[in-house]
Amino acid sequence: MSLLQVESMTHYFGGLRAVHDYNLRIEPGQIRGLIGPNGAGKTTIFNLITGIYRPSEGTIRLKDLNLVGLQPHQIASVGLGRTFQNLLLWRHMSVLEHVVMAQYSRMTYGLIGAFFGTAKRRRQEAEAEEKAYRLLELVGISDLANQNVLNLPYGDQRRVEMARALAIEPKILFLDEPTAGMNPEELIQMMHIIRQVHKEFGLAIFLIEHRLKMVMELCEMIQTLVFGEVIAEGTPEEIQNNPKVIDAYLGKEAID
Amino acid sequence: MYSQVPVLGWLCGALSAVLLEQIAGRSLALGLGLSKIPALFGFTIILKNPVLFPSALLYVVLIYLLPIIIVARMSLAPTNWLADKMMDYSMLGSVLVHLVLLYVIFHIWADISDYRDITLKFTLIAIMVTVSLNVINGYMGEFSCSHPGFIALGAYTASVFSVSLFVNDSQFGQALLPSFLGPFAFPLGLILGGFVAAAGALLVAIPSFRTRGDYLAIISLAFLFIVKSLVENMEFVGGPRGLSSQPNWANLPTVFAWTVVCIWVINNFVRSTLGKALNAVRDDETAANAMTVNTRRTKMVAFMFAAFWAGVAGGLFAHVLRYVNPGSFGIQKLAEVLAMVYFGGLNSVYGSILGAVSLSLLSEALRPLELFKWIVIPLLLILVMIFRPTGLIAFKEFDVKKLIRPRQRPENEV
Repeated sequence: MSLLQVESMTHYFGGLRAVHDYNLRIEPGQIRGLIGPNGAGKTTIFNLITGIYRPSEGTIRLKDLNLVGLQPHQIASVGLGRTFQNLLLWRHMSVLEHVVMAQYSRMTYGLIGAFFGTAKRRRQEAEAEEKAYRLLELVGISDLANQNVLNLPYGDQRRVEMARALAIEPKILFLDEPTAGMNPEELIQMMHIIRQVHKEFGLAIFLIEHRLKMVMELCEMIQTLVFGEVIAEGTPEEIQNNPKVIDAYLGKEAID
Repeated sequence: MYSQVPVLGWLCGALSAVLLEQIAGRSLALGLGLSKIPALFGFTIILKNPVLFPSALLYVVLIYLLPIIIVARMSLAPTNWLADKMMDYSMLGSVLVHLVLLYVIFHIWADISDYRDITLKFTLIAIMVTVSLNVINGYMGEFSCSHPGFIALGAYTASVFSVSLFVNDSQFGQALLPSFLGPFAFPLGLILGGFVAAAGALLVAIPSFRTRGDYLAIISLAFLFIVKSLVENMEFVGGPRGLSSQPNWANLPTVFAWTVVCIWVINNFVRSTLGKALNAVRDDETAANAMTVNTRRTKMVAFMFAAFWAGVAGGLFAHVLRYVNPGSFGIQKLAEVLAMVYFGGLNSVYGSILGAVSLSLLSEALRPLELFKWIVIPLLLILVMIFRPTGLIAFKEFDVKKLIRPRQRPENEV
């Protein structure tokens, strides 16, 4: 049985059909890619699966659990971690606080602990901090832990988002253009981090990306989305040689 | 050099200053041509009797400034040593020693006149109100206008509790319980007032936290007026005439203890991950939600929590003044508490304390201006908003351990 199953998901924004009859299966440990021109609906699909929007039609299941209608924080708690295309960081918080915050649902000390500072709270906060340091180590910014996120260069802010998403201990990690705006050097580092994360936690990764080289190198399976519809699905080789994809997406870039 | 003085040293300095005032204050004041000891560091004299201001200033320098500086400087080595030893021995013990010292200073200072006593108590209550409002307007980043309403709920609930149970009063008849039990039951009354205020907060929170935006500001403002007109029209609590004959239970130690507990609990909360979730919600709610933060519950809990402390502060307020009337909880009170929060600094306990203290002092100093006070204070607020939009001390964590630590290691001293 697949880890994540999306079946015939359709979504309308008013009269506009943003996503049409979208299907997806993600197996444990698989890296999948989603490509498509701007405005094709890639981020909408992420937002639908992670509960920010509720799909007009269709089903989304994580193993046996129906995700449609759950709140985003509930969906995140059952194991869907994500990053955002346009970096949604908390501007007054430090790097460490970001990664600790993502462990919110694991803090079971309750309000009594929060108000009176019980031993249980001290233990859980200390554990969360320790785990946060490990994750920051993994993405290579543990020395910046006490910096405010706004003081970090762009590439490092992306790493904070990555560490934050990993802190919720996801079964599937949704990466929305993790290398957008990065220079080639940062790109290589990010690819290295993604590979390492995949190896270390054995989690499934679902990736939206514009840089085809990266998708082709990382992903086992790729979907191509155009105007809210999947026009092709297959291995990187199949996608690269699919005439529809070349027409809609690759061909355009080849002319550029 | 003075950055090496630990808080303990400053407290020792302040203690010697108030002791000096107790011994020599009166004769010095008379010698300087003042009719009595300046009540609030000469602040109240500035407008009332400007001619005497230089004498008052000299008095403040001689009685407060010089002794504090000299004692703090002289006791540098022993206080650092003591602060270090106490902290090694027991953190809690060290905090308690500091608090007791602070209380003793307050007590001796307030002993000089009733005016000082009541001003100090109102300032402490203002601190509670400001810190709790900062939870909503600063930490959570919503704009709530209902705080005076919560204060009113707490004030009336606690008043009805104590007057109906422990006082022979024309309004509520014979006392139901012997009055010697009263002071012990007083905390219960305050907590009850807090819970009633929190219940009121729930009424505001349910409709207004479905979405973000200006809804809370509008609904909470409406709530403020609802509470005020409700109380005005409830004859059994005196209607617009107000309710009096609260027993004199809110003495200085009681108010001081409640203020300390309030700051301690609120500071605990905002430094926990559950409380920092408020900052996450404020800075980016979508991201907070996607990172497992239950944003709706977080906002509701924080709102009710802040209202609870406003209610407790209201109960104390009613028992300090020993009279409440609906007029004290209107739009003017709202302006006052908002000014304290925004002047002092958002997202910061230090800021709230500073805001509450400085605006209370200013408000006393400007008392002779009467209504014009309400032109000066908003003007000041506008200036702060222009030059420091988040307030004087914003986004600073209140870390007690850091605050009372020794500033100089004994080893380096030689």
